[in-house]
Amino acid sequence: MATAFDEMTGVPGATEVREAYVTLKRWLETTPRHLLDTRRSQAELFFRRIGITFAVYGEVEASERLIPFDIIPRVLLKREWEILERGLKQRVTALNRFLADIYGPRECLRAGVLPEDLVYRNPCFRLEMAGVKVPHDIYAHIAGIDVVRVDADTFYVLEDNVRTPSGVSYMLENREVMLRLFPELFEEHRVAPVEDYPDALLASLRSVAPAGAGRDPTVVLLTPGQYNSAFYEHSFLADKLGVELVEGPDLFVRDDVVCMRTTEGAKRVDVIYRRIDDDFLDPLVFRPDSVLGVAGLMSAYEAGNVTLANAVGTGVADDKAVYSYMPEIVRFFTGEEPILKNVPTWRCREREALAYVLDRLDELVVKEVNGSGGYGMLIGPHASRQEREQFRRKLRHAPDGFIAQPTLALSTCPTFVAEGMAPRHVDLRPFVLTGADGCRVVPGGLTRVALKEGSLVVNSSQGGGTKDTWVLDA
Amino acid sequence: MRIRIAHVTAYHYDRPVKAVIQTLRLTPRAHDGQHILAWRVEVDGAARLSPGEDALGNRLHVLSAEGTLDSLGVRVEGEVEMLDTHGVVRGAVERFPETVFLRETPLTAPDEALCAFADAAASRGTRDRLALLHHLLEAIHREMTFDTEPTHAATTAAEAFALRRGVCQDLTHVFLAACRHLGIPARYVSGYFLRGDGVVVQEAGHAWAEAYVPALGWVGFDAANGISPTDAHVRVAIGLDYLGAAPVRGARTGGGAEALSVSLRIEQAAWQTQA
Repeated sequence: MATAFDEMTGVPGATEVREAYVTLKRWLETTPRHLLDTRRSQAELFFRRIGITFAVYGEVEASERLIPFDIIPRVLLKREWEILERGLKQRVTALNRFLADIYGPRECLRAGVLPEDLVYRNPCFRLEMAGVKVPHDIYAHIAGIDVVRVDADTFYVLEDNVRTPSGVSYMLENREVMLRLFPELFEEHRVAPVEDYPDALLASLRSVAPAGAGRDPTVVLLTPGQYNSAFYEHSFLADKLGVELVEGPDLFVRDDVVCMRTTEGAKRVDVIYRRIDDDFLDPLVFRPDSVLGVAGLMSAYEAGNVTLANAVGTGVADDKAVYSYMPEIVRFFTGEEPILKNVPTWRCREREALAYVLDRLDELVVKEVNGSGGYGMLIGPHASRQEREQFRRKLRHAPDGFIAQPTLALSTCPTFVAEGMAPRHVDLRPFVLTGADGCRVVPGGLTRVALKEGSLVVNSSQGGGTKDTWVLDA
Repeated sequence: MRIRIAHVTAYHYDRPVKAVIQTLRLTPRAHDGQHILAWRVEVDGAARLSPGEDALGNRLHVLSAEGTLDSLGVRVEGEVEMLDTHGVVRGAVERFPETVFLRETPLTAPDEALCAFADAAASRGTRDRLALLHHLLEAIHREMTFDTEPTHAATTAAEAFALRRGVCQDLTHVFLAACRHLGIPARYVSGYFLRGDGVVVQEAGHAWAEAYVPALGWVGFDAANGISPTDAHVRVAIGLDYLGAAPVRGARTGGGAEALSVSLRIEQAAWQTQA
């Protein structure tokens, strides 16, 4: 594995500093350590007070915990961001056109852009959506695209998240905390604001309301409830958007119209920003044991009386086997060369690729095509022999379920750890909004950092932390 | 052959129900060998029916009712003219390529034992898919015993196979799991079956499978009876598994406990009957 690129110094340990970090580095060197320590505890207190927690599945103790926040921001120059922004818009545009196509005319399948199997056999390709017309042909209204950097000029998309991507509340809270604790830093940097994300999100959601909704559509946020890992974010966003936070039992369907129970009687709902998975949306169509959804929701949706954001069936586009065809998908649907790179991917469903992967389990990262959150993943160079053998068996048993990628040297960013300041690997999840008037990306996103030395797993479910992300306006 | 079906489902609630919503897949479509002479779905006065079609082309009704209901009744009556096509289904609505029906579902995911069973049936020296499917049908019919006791609507193929017991739904799921494991597209069919022994009153509808054979198209396999469907099989709905083809899926608000009674008569119609 190559040496990682450092966001602050370029080469790790070098004394020179990259343009974006000049002021920040000076500030870090001149601010007394005890003052930084005080600010770090204040930041933690702040997060505890607002109750921003994240439930971690599979751990008996500490099922809710604070995601560690690092006070050293991750900084991007405007010119770096502009390339990313163009690439993200291009990619999300292609993803939306791809979804509209596979649920519509299926031209990309006829043209052989990707194998039919990957779509038709994918459990996230929802048969119910075939032929359903969604407003403005938008399926992924909210996308979280995970990007990693390997050198000064090269960004790779690690994965596309177009189901119910989370993390945007951390982006907003991190900025708020930074503004409170380090006002002096914001005087010395022209940091592009992220605070208008909720307004932009609400505008996007309203713009896709059904034709019959009238001028002031009713938007709600549908949460699985307080036991969901991202419940904090759901209530935070509902509050910022100024919309009702509802659970399945708060809604009902009558004559193909979705209504919300309110103290003043039933109120028609036009747009549902749903943060529950397809499988749980409607017990009459998907899992019959779901108590989180709304019976009849799908028939109201198919009748065009309510908009779901994101649309049902987007999961087929962020499947990791489909991911491997994203360069072709971008070319086919935009007629342009992809601006953002795709990580080279071996599809274990292909015999030769599988043989290659089995030979190099100690070098590669192996992922489940349907996994997320860093679960079901093998990082070859860091895995024990036992873990590798376990994956070897899984791969032989069900190769279709896996892809493999080279272990990328994710860039590092200086981070406070127990021993002081040290480089730690980071990624970036920008949030791309799509509404009737096009795509919008709030400058920045959520930087996640792997706090363990050498670790490449940044997922909060796996002990990762977060940082504020700055895009410098000048 | 002309088959007459009368199927009444009645729900009684021990406390009044505030709202009921159901999707009904209780209306057959015509295809070669299946001609619908008359078909009616009716509900009690308080409930409304709105007709539609699902993703796979099944006829669908959404039933809804609000208010204070003590009971709910759904009546299906129809008469169908059937011809024996030796299980081959032609002229049916096909919305998706057969590849879709290779998809595993939670109810049809095989375990190692079921995979081994499918592999054994496939290894009996035939390269002919139709012959292989008949081996599989016979093997399931031989290995598994029809028994309404040990399984329920949410029993998986692997669970039923481990018990070697189940109802037509379970046997069909086992057949689907085995087919898909062998790379053969297969799907669930719900419908009605006219018994050959003269018994008219039945307790439940029937279920069987269809598997894709390149030269023939979709061919039916009735694992519970160990035969391919004949003119006694009235085909109503298809799905990836039971859930996709279920005659009734519903939800309700309020109502406490529910008592369900089903009255189902399937009989050969006299020729002179006018529909």
